[in-house]
Amino acid sequence: MSRHPVIPIAVDSRAASARRSEPRGGAQRPDSPERRRFLGLMAASMALASAGCSGPPQEKIVPYVEMPERMVPGVPLFYATSFVDHGYAQGVLVESDTGRPTKVEGNPQHPASLGATDVYAQASILQLWDPERSQTVYGGGQLATWDAFRAALRPRRVAWAANGGAGLRILTGTVTSPTFSDQMAAFLARYPHAQWHRHDPLHDDRALEAARLAFGRPLDTQLHPARAAVIVSLDADLFVGHAAAVRQAQDVFARRRATNPGGSRLYALAATPNLTAAIADQSLALPPQEIERLAWRLASRLGVDGVPQDAFPPPRHPDAARWEQALAAALNAQRGRALIVGGGSLSPATRALVHAMNAHLGNHGATVAYIDAVETDPVNHADSLAALADDMRHGKVDDLFILGGNPVYDAPADAGFAAALRQVPFSVHLGLYQDETGRAAGWHLPQAHNYEQWSDARAFDGTAGIVQPLIAPLYGGRSAHEVLALLAADGAQGGHALVQDFWRRQAGAAAFDDFWQDALMQGVVAGSAARAVDPGRPRVPPPPALPDPPSGALTLILAADPSVGDGSYANNGWLQELPRPFSKLTWDNAAILGRATAQTLGIDTGDVVRVSAADAGAGAAAVEAPVWIDDSQADGVVTLPLGYGRTAAGAVGNGVGFDAYPLKTRAGVHGHAAVRLEKIGRRHAFAVTQHRLDDEGRDVARTVSLTQYRRDPRGDYAPEPAQDETLYPQYRYDSYKWGMAIDLNACIGCNACTIACQAENNIPVVGREEVARGREMHWIRVDRYRTRLGSHDDVPGDEGEAKQTRTVFQPVPCMQCENAPCEEVCPVGATVHDSEGLNVQVYNRCVGTRFCSNNCPYKVRRFNFLQYTDDKVTTLWAQRNPDVTVRRRGVMEKCTYCLQRITRARLDAEREGRRIRDGEVVTACEAVCPTTAIVFGDMNDPKSRVNRAKASPLDYHLLAELNTRPRTSYAARVVNDDPELA
Amino acid sequence: MSPRSRHTQDLSTPSELLGGSWSHAAFSDKIAARAMGYPVSKPGLAAFLFTFVGMLIFLGAVAWLVFKGVGIWGINVPVVWGFAITNYVWWIGIGMAGTFISAALLVTRQRWRGAVSRAAESMTVFAVAIAGIFPILHLGRPWFFYWLAPYPNVMNVWPQWRSPLVWDFFAIGTYVLVSLMFWYVGLIPDFATLRDRAGTMPGRRARQVVYGLLALGWRGEARHWARYETASLMLAGLGTPLVVSVHTMVAMDFAIGNTPGYHSTIFPPFFVAGAFFSGFAMMLTLVIPLRRFLGLQDFITGRHLANAAKILLANSWLLAYGYCAEIFTSFYSGDQFERYMTLNRMIGPYAPVYWSLLFCNVVVPQLLWRRGIRHDVRWLFAISLIVNVGMWMERFIIVVSSVHRDFLPSSWGMFYPTAWDWIFLLSSVALFAWLFLLFVHFLPVIAMADMRKLIQERAEEPA
Repeated sequence: MSRHPVIPIAVDSRAASARRSEPRGGAQRPDSPERRRFLGLMAASMALASAGCSGPPQEKIVPYVEMPERMVPGVPLFYATSFVDHGYAQGVLVESDTGRPTKVEGNPQHPASLGATDVYAQASILQLWDPERSQTVYGGGQLATWDAFRAALRPRRVAWAANGGAGLRILTGTVTSPTFSDQMAAFLARYPHAQWHRHDPLHDDRALEAARLAFGRPLDTQLHPARAAVIVSLDADLFVGHAAAVRQAQDVFARRRATNPGGSRLYALAATPNLTAAIADQSLALPPQEIERLAWRLASRLGVDGVPQDAFPPPRHPDAARWEQALAAALNAQRGRALIVGGGSLSPATRALVHAMNAHLGNHGATVAYIDAVETDPVNHADSLAALADDMRHGKVDDLFILGGNPVYDAPADAGFAAALRQVPFSVHLGLYQDETGRAAGWHLPQAHNYEQWSDARAFDGTAGIVQPLIAPLYGGRSAHEVLALLAADGAQGGHALVQDFWRRQAGAAAFDDFWQDALMQGVVAGSAARAVDPGRPRVPPPPALPDPPSGALTLILAADPSVGDGSYANNGWLQELPRPFSKLTWDNAAILGRATAQTLGIDTGDVVRVSAADAGAGAAAVEAPVWIDDSQADGVVTLPLGYGRTAAGAVGNGVGFDAYPLKTRAGVHGHAAVRLEKIGRRHAFAVTQHRLDDEGRDVARTVSLTQYRRDPRGDYAPEPAQDETLYPQYRYDSYKWGMAIDLNACIGCNACTIACQAENNIPVVGREEVARGREMHWIRVDRYRTRLGSHDDVPGDEGEAKQTRTVFQPVPCMQCENAPCEEVCPVGATVHDSEGLNVQVYNRCVGTRFCSNNCPYKVRRFNFLQYTDDKVTTLWAQRNPDVTVRRRGVMEKCTYCLQRITRARLDAEREGRRIRDGEVVTACEAVCPTTAIVFGDMNDPKSRVNRAKASPLDYHLLAELNTRPRTSYAARVVNDDPELA
Repeated sequence: MSPRSRHTQDLSTPSELLGGSWSHAAFSDKIAARAMGYPVSKPGLAAFLFTFVGMLIFLGAVAWLVFKGVGIWGINVPVVWGFAITNYVWWIGIGMAGTFISAALLVTRQRWRGAVSRAAESMTVFAVAIAGIFPILHLGRPWFFYWLAPYPNVMNVWPQWRSPLVWDFFAIGTYVLVSLMFWYVGLIPDFATLRDRAGTMPGRRARQVVYGLLALGWRGEARHWARYETASLMLAGLGTPLVVSVHTMVAMDFAIGNTPGYHSTIFPPFFVAGAFFSGFAMMLTLVIPLRRFLGLQDFITGRHLANAAKILLANSWLLAYGYCAEIFTSFYSGDQFERYMTLNRMIGPYAPVYWSLLFCNVVVPQLLWRRGIRHDVRWLFAISLIVNVGMWMERFIIVVSSVHRDFLPSSWGMFYPTAWDWIFLLSSVALFAWLFLLFVHFLPVIAMADMRKLIQERAEEPA
């Protein structure tokens, strides 16, 4: 695979504009002027690229004079690689259009993906093309070169050789890469006094501690929720924020869908709103201490050995006692088919107890399994960083290499890392951005992006995957492998050789070529998954001390932001503009408070408060944060999302939101910190995409209880208008008739569809001010409603029922109505019905009356009020999907059911003289959905998946009474509620 | 004529419609002199400069809008139509009364139209011109507005005839053309008068040429008069139904839509009534200062104004009926979306605007029941201004409050006008005033030929 077509990209404006105007769909005649011009431009840009910032890769490449095999302009190629986030791999297939990576899809072969991805993998492609990525080496704050850095390194290497690397420290994030681990082992063997520290702000240190407490060794927990009939989440989010999230979402919903309502029952205790609690059949908001107490009381009730009886008094929450009973009953009834999951906010002792409870219930080997830790040399990251900072302060560190990460910004505040860094004589930062750390360190080196480097990484289950580059580094960046190799030797190998060398040793030289080819093509190394180990009987540690916050103070939860994570995605416009699942906030974070707590404190949404540590005196760390009230937040708890208030993120991320890291302390990492809030009298205006969470009694996102569904599957929904209730003639569809079905039972509100659609369809980012005006451009949005069970009964809710409100997420793409209100009112025929039932928008015919949006009851149409598409930044041109028109200002746009994908499938089918097969057209939102909540297909094919989905008695049309006859239909959500908790 | 008819304010006798004792020549002198380089007063110049600056601001704003896009306004999704469409409906409503006063009264042979017809027609032409600008400016790509017209082209595309916007395009287009022709045909004999007078005055050669060209060779022959009368009558006959059709089409723009608050069969007559209301109010707003500053009290008499006031009063009741019918229908329909829309108007975020419009359009006009107020120009002027504001707010409520909370609560939003929204509204008023001042300065403000006929009839009236 040395001929892997890594074509340098033209960032030259003429070439890019030529490409935009280039006709798509098939190669041109060999002698056509278009083709000659294209080749000329390709040659010119090759020359430009090699002379300019981005050189060709060092491996053998082939000039384009001879068209590489299978590389046809206009026909994308997909390459399997891994998207590595916080050290763990998510298998992806990256679409490459004439050498430009443009879109990320999940890799169906990869265990962490199974074809789906999370929002970060989708957004990673924008990060690749981010013009603000670090582009040059900086030394001492001045522009420098790699050669200068190499020269500076030489005397250091001499010094290490002399003292065995004493004073040499390397700081990385979580590492699972086999090659990097091997390199590091060799490096540490060569310099025995050097030390390797780890810091990842989101590393789940408590899971490690819990495994040590329960099993005496670091084991990773593997969940098999597909086998569980009862799942209890103790403040755990199964679906986001960790390496297995996408996979777990698929497993949980393997048995919870419209086709199988009530396949499992999901209980969730949550301190702060999370996706698991939102989709749970029963959820209860409790402070983290209360959740832990309830866990211990539950364990005692279940009869787990070694659990003291009445370790804690009964929880104060009025519903907690009933929950304790109900959970015990449900778990006992499903021994061996139950699953308890502990979340990151639980103390290690309680998470160890969860292991014991699962063992006690006979879930080991059934719904839960254990493997040796996937992370190389698992350590407690908070301790590791604290030890490093301590040494730095005491002058024990001469050379510090920070390979990725941004500790100056995101280290625990009491580590004092930023101050300590100034005392290190030779500090080097390798990063994608010249961020806070990159500015503070002596040297900054541009890092190669995930899609620009050779590497490897393991998935949550240990499966290894090769990371292969889609493009030569745009800005001369290098990977951590290459920099680590450079530390050891001056003329070090490139990443390709390093990764190949390692795997050649694993596979054996003889079989290597086949192995390598196979690993690259599949995206996974076959048979590399870790084997389950017998963990032994888990020990139950003594119950933790669970002090409540002092009176008047609140328990603090510091959580990764659902959009920017720990802050490393702060400069990503797609993620910044992605509405946070619960608040629908964009371009901001907020201190989340429960309603009762906020009322007690006299605080309302938008008030800015000063949040300071409760136990510290005056002058202690404090942050100023605007408050957001969420009804799903536990009382007495304040949640501060991390990742904002960046100062060196780039033009997109700088100054967005507030920085909560000053409140992150090492002590807080291990216990529950308490904070005080005081109003400071300022107000803050949020940019929100959905202002109303109440469904106003309108039967929009339907929910029905399982008992009611079993009694009457169709329910008492009003019948839909007859098909001929229209004055216009009916359409006939002789070939295809596209339709979509969305299962509200499986929509977890993760937003992956929104961002996948944005990537696929060249949807622009509009910015905070425009979102605040109500002009976001997302073609598929995820509405959140707080509804009551059976809300279609139109029963006015009393106080008791109000507690039973639950969150329903409803993705809303274009409904592609049969009687489309938009089509009737367009004066110029810019939105028309096509022969396969789509409402197509003809951009170049649109004059922008916006009547279609006015007349759309679903408000799925989006208007380019201003020139939203960035037509100035040339690297962003390269990111765009060449099959989708880039819209200019003044035209309306909307979901097309990914018309370009239909067209591609049609071309393939017509070439082979057959009909398009079911499942051959997969829309971007459908492809990315971790739970397969979205199904697309031909409604003329009686056996198609979409028709099977639409045959469900739960299937309904949104606002059917308007007789728009949408092609997108929904399956009402069936709630398997526990009668004990009714 | 019995003496009693004087007290019933019969407007059919010439002596009721003319004050003073004007002869043909004196009357023509007075009106024509204004158009022949009458010295401009200081307040007049100030008003002209003020509105001229406003007109320039309007042009500048249009340039910025075309350069930047409609995003400079406060519109969004769901409220994609904001001030531009509100202004459009408001201006076209104002533009209705003029042609109605002039054409319908001509068709029905009402002699009192002569005094106000010219001012009313001019108001129509200017208001409709401004109204016609807004739908074009409001387009995302205004330079392609002509795509609404059916014209042969290589792209082989055609308007989409189910859209009321296409109907509206034709309705406005027809109305503009007929109004303009009607206005111009009425002006021809007067242009001839001005041409002839310019010829007798030194240093007026340029005016003589321009007026002469505009007079189309009018020589006052009997044949000319006969054709003039026929043409006027035909145009009036065309114009009268157009008055109704143009606003009906405007109403269709909304009524064809399915949004609660738009989707209403009452809209065509309701909009027409509203248009009369605002048109007569604007008529009063213009004519009251006009007769005061130009000394036209003998021609536009207090009786004219009082009668306009009565029409206002009657219209306010028509509107009140419309408001009640809307409320009743939305509850009677049992449709939850309609019901919510009505309640949202009353208690939602735009409720202050809703209650203000009811106050302006229904409560305030009730003052006109008092004879004293009908005959007091200051009161009439104030009420006419209030009604103008009220009608603008009514259009705003229809356009904005209906869509800001429609079917899916997740899409609800708010419209807040930006500075540019206000600039467009206020500078369009300035543009209108500027055009009207130009009209007052260069054209006879009263249809001289018609009035001379009235003077003649008064002379022939049995004593």
